[in-house]
Amino acid sequence: MILDYIPIILVLIVAAIFGFAVVFSSEIFGPSRPNKVKTMSYESGKDPVGTTHERISVKYYLVAMLFIIFDIEVIYVYPWAVEFKNLFSTYGIFAFLPMLFFLVVLELGFLYILMKGGLKWD
Amino acid sequence: MPSTINEYFQLMPFLIIGIGIILSVVIEISSKSSKEILPWFSIILFFATALYSITNISEHAVLFGGMVEVGGKPAIFNFIFNLGAMLVVMSSIGYLKKYGTYFGEYYILIQSSVLGMMVMAGSKDILMIFLGLELMSICFYVLAGINRNKLGANEAAMKYFLLGSFTTGFIVYGIALIYGTTGTTSIQNLIDNFGEYSSNIIFVTGLILFLIGFSFKIAAVPFHMWVPDVYQGSATTVTGLMSTTGKTAAFSVLIIMLTSIFTLNSANIFKPYFSAIAVLSMFFGSIVAISQNNLKRMLAYSSISHAGYMAVGLAAANSYSISGIIFYLAAYAFMNIGAFSVISIIEGENDSRTDINVYAGLNSKNPVLAAFMALFMFALAGIPPMAGFFGKYYVFVGAIESNLTWLAILGVISSMISVYFYLRVIVFMYFKDAEENFEIEVAPYSLSSVVISGVLVLMFGLFPDMLLRLITAVVSL
Repeated sequence: MILDYIPIILVLIVAAIFGFAVVFSSEIFGPSRPNKVKTMSYESGKDPVGTTHERISVKYYLVAMLFIIFDIEVIYVYPWAVEFKNLFSTYGIFAFLPMLFFLVVLELGFLYILMKGGLKWD
Repeated sequence: MPSTINEYFQLMPFLIIGIGIILSVVIEISSKSSKEILPWFSIILFFATALYSITNISEHAVLFGGMVEVGGKPAIFNFIFNLGAMLVVMSSIGYLKKYGTYFGEYYILIQSSVLGMMVMAGSKDILMIFLGLELMSICFYVLAGINRNKLGANEAAMKYFLLGSFTTGFIVYGIALIYGTTGTTSIQNLIDNFGEYSSNIIFVTGLILFLIGFSFKIAAVPFHMWVPDVYQGSATTVTGLMSTTGKTAAFSVLIIMLTSIFTLNSANIFKPYFSAIAVLSMFFGSIVAISQNNLKRMLAYSSISHAGYMAVGLAAANSYSISGIIFYLAAYAFMNIGAFSVISIIEGENDSRTDINVYAGLNSKNPVLAAFMALFMFALAGIPPMAGFFGKYYVFVGAIESNLTWLAILGVISSMISVYFYLRVIVFMYFKDAEENFEIEVAPYSLSSVVISGVLVLMFGLFPDMLLRLITAVVSL
């Protein structure tokens, strides 16, 4: 039974070798001519300002949580939408109603946050 | 496999509660007076579901390709969950104002946790069990700490959450091993091929991990460490819900999972495990409860020992003991909710007045409450003709039937010990003079919750075969 797992172990070993090889070969073979701009930490092309340990408002945590609602929504709706034509021809209206129910429940959660003042930022 | 509209109709108890939760959220966000509406709305919902379940016991069916079971055993469990939650909501109306947590979400969380329990009791697939368990547990974690200004409630919620999620890890790992060896999560498949699987050590390990997780949920020794602090720290009504319906839900899963052992005539390989936790829980709960002065903490230890008596039924694992457990769970639910309702009425502001000496002279202050408290204490002690006696009786008869007479004898000894601390409350209420003077405000809803629980406890005790006949008819399904 353990022998069945040998291909997986082989893949893991090859992946590890490949990863190390790519990282270290550029280190070994690439030319190294550092200047000030090159060693600067990367911040989307702008000059970095201040340290990385900034204090961030706790409200962003709420944004992150709200993002999950829509993230999950997309994860479930996208494959359903792609397959909808096939589903509709087999199941008829029952291909549509469960997703409608799911969306109503999900959006109700969002509406709850909205109405309870979850997005009032002051 | 197309799901027909008929299957959705058979799913009625789930739909009532599920749509009720959605409507409750709508009420909560659209109405200023939601905290007055929602309790009544929840009571109607729970009552409707309980009524629907008890009248549709014979409509047994397995739906959605073997995922959900309706009618039969789940219907009985749904009846216990919903009636229990209804009584808890009734006693919450007056209590929450006193507790300083007066808002509508409390009721929505109770509805969601009941939906989770119903999914657990009605599942025919291990993943459904897990879904229901998480829905129930997460609502309980929030309910335990519903008042974030109280230190005790915070401690309770944190302890419950940390230990509860740790145990969830055990359950998931158990499920993973079971799925890994059998290649399916269908419980029907486990039951059909149990004899073949049980020779596989990895499968048995998975099942044991699963059982350990649920031993935590039923609060059996040695997985009981969270119980006293959580039950004492949470709001009294929430404790009433957790200790009764939560325990019932966990036992319903154990009963579903182990059906294979009692339907097949194979040897009960978990007999040593359940015998051990039964003996430990019975004696630990009964002996430690003797020295408790806080009534909530005392009932927490009593809850541990009751888990032990029910585990005797699981060790015996025949159809007598299983119907005994279900009867015991129903009886325990109503007597414990009644006792916690009385405590929630007596309790003052800031968690005061939960100690036993507050109950001194209760008879002269409020004879009705004292009489009902005495009734619940007699029932919990297992003195006939209350319901608690017949619960223990049926479980012990099942144990003797399976040649576990020693376990039944130990159970009887343990309930003799437990009589001391239950009767101590009655001695305080009737034979001691009041130490401090305080006004007892009895909200009419809380009192009706106490009265309904009392009537049910007496009814199950005087006419036990009314409920038992329903249970024995479905236990082998």
